[in-house]
Amino acid sequence: MILRRPFFWIILLVTVGFIYAPLHGNNVSLREDLILIAIAIILASNLNLMIGYTGYVNFGHIVFYGLGGYVGLYLTTARGWNLVLSALVAGVVVSVCAFLFGLAILRLRGAYFALATIGILQAVQAFVSNFDPWGRSTGMYLSFNSYQSLGGARHALWITYFLIIAVMTLSMIVSLVIKNSKFGLGLFAIREDEDAAVVLGVNATVYKAIIYSVSAFLPAVAGALMFFKNGMIDPSIAFEYMLSLEGIVMLMLGGQGSVIGAALGGALYERLRSYLLTSPILSNFHLVIAGGLLLMVVLFAPGGLIGWVYRLVPRARKVIE
Amino acid sequence: MSGVLASMIDGLLVGAVYGLAAMGLSLIWGVMDVINLTHGAMIALGMFCMYLLFAATGINAYLLLLPTIGVGLLLGLAVYWMAVHWVVGRSMLMSLLSTFAVNMMVIGIGTAVWSTSPYNVNFVLPGITIGAYTFTGNHMAAAISAVVIALALQLFLYHTRTGKAIRAVADNREAAELMGISSTAVLSIAFAIGIALACTSGALVSTLFPFTILSGGVYQLKSFVVTILAGLGKPFGALVAGVLLGLLEGVVTPFIAVSWIPLIEFGLFVVVLVAFPQGIFGKRVTA
Repeated sequence: MILRRPFFWIILLVTVGFIYAPLHGNNVSLREDLILIAIAIILASNLNLMIGYTGYVNFGHIVFYGLGGYVGLYLTTARGWNLVLSALVAGVVVSVCAFLFGLAILRLRGAYFALATIGILQAVQAFVSNFDPWGRSTGMYLSFNSYQSLGGARHALWITYFLIIAVMTLSMIVSLVIKNSKFGLGLFAIREDEDAAVVLGVNATVYKAIIYSVSAFLPAVAGALMFFKNGMIDPSIAFEYMLSLEGIVMLMLGGQGSVIGAALGGALYERLRSYLLTSPILSNFHLVIAGGLLLMVVLFAPGGLIGWVYRLVPRARKVIE
Repeated sequence: MSGVLASMIDGLLVGAVYGLAAMGLSLIWGVMDVINLTHGAMIALGMFCMYLLFAATGINAYLLLLPTIGVGLLLGLAVYWMAVHWVVGRSMLMSLLSTFAVNMMVIGIGTAVWSTSPYNVNFVLPGITIGAYTFTGNHMAAAISAVVIALALQLFLYHTRTGKAIRAVADNREAAELMGISSTAVLSIAFAIGIALACTSGALVSTLFPFTILSGGVYQLKSFVVTILAGLGKPFGALVAGVLLGLLEGVVTPFIAVSWIPLIEFGLFVVVLVAFPQGIFGKRVTA
């Protein structure tokens, strides 16, 4: 059972920390820092389901986040729905889209799949940039009234923050549950040797489509919440290719295939990026440093940070998963 | 109707340049089984290489292709020893990620140096006017250059010792080593040639359209589509497939907005991958 896993309680503890820290003394700037970390953790954790668990590289993971943002903002603004409902609907809609994409492109294996994901990102971006109801390339703005139903802007921002933290916690718990399930074992088998897995009775096609769709759900919800908080969306922000790529760096840095690895990598990388972006000398070079980091990890430590810890303290595998 | 014809001819000419770019990708993919994700960045570097050379010398831009090829070869060797050599033969994920890391670094440095604002190479050759349509000299010169370089590569691969060694390593690396071919040397040369082709095609594109450091991404996607269309490891087939893609773009652009093109190309990419995994020129191979 999931409750008996020590790591489950660690996740809850982290969540409490995320909630308590900014509330204590109404620290808004801390809240804004934490929100970026939470988004990074959500993206990295869900990407981990594809890359770390199933062994399929998704270069266009951000497409789910952006589409979720679009559907969410469209529902809250143009349709006047409430935030939680629109975010959930955004998640469901994007998951269904992902399932359909998945059926088409998951017939491809390995590198071909990876290339197709780049294509998906560009194709969806091209579609949204031409789609009239979503404001084409100028995007959409949130009407200020949407904040009223949540008790004014100040209140609304806090509520969105808590919702995003909830999504973050859920991301880690979903990763943990899948890792310890029979479904997860099937995914690992696909990662190690897809043909052998099929022979042993894993329905690879269905498994892959399901995990692709699951990895879309929470990022889409997070996108809906985040773009609600930002109050605007346009294709270049929503489908930021660089962020998609940085998600991979986070995952490799922390350690692919591990729940804590993905989360840790997300948090550390986000802090590093914030530091680099605000530093006057290094701000232009954050991609260079990210690329350098990724290259180092790939060449010298393919297990990432957590792989290194596991090698040092083999027993750690039992506690931090 | 003649408007469509003119647009098709234009697409044909640009398509030759797409084909050249795809040849670089296809060569590397075929020889060492590495999908080179620095491809787009290298195309962009080729554009800026041309821009800088032209700004410095001011001579005929198409003569500047020769130094660009040289720069490309050196770049290719540098990237090979930095990121590729260590991952050849390891899982596909590793080579995807390592080339991708180099891509990020190049784009990062490029953005810092040139920002993302557009540049262009201000060099115009006289064109030919037929009726209401003008075919610019640059388009024709670029297409001719692309075909000449492609032919040169074909001659190199089939009629020189090094070229034959490259094909041997692509066929069967172990057998080639047993015949006394140093596969490391061959791989680095093949990679350098692949990058040089990317740079050269970037340089050609820079004489046709304005560009930014991020423009390479668009041509990278086109290169993937073309490579898949042609089938792996068929450099000359890539040129033909490139021309086909250009032709297709030429046919559709009079009717729909240019911003839809990535969607069409991607659709084509998936359909071809699923329906013709060996490429439209490839033989069906039973696994």
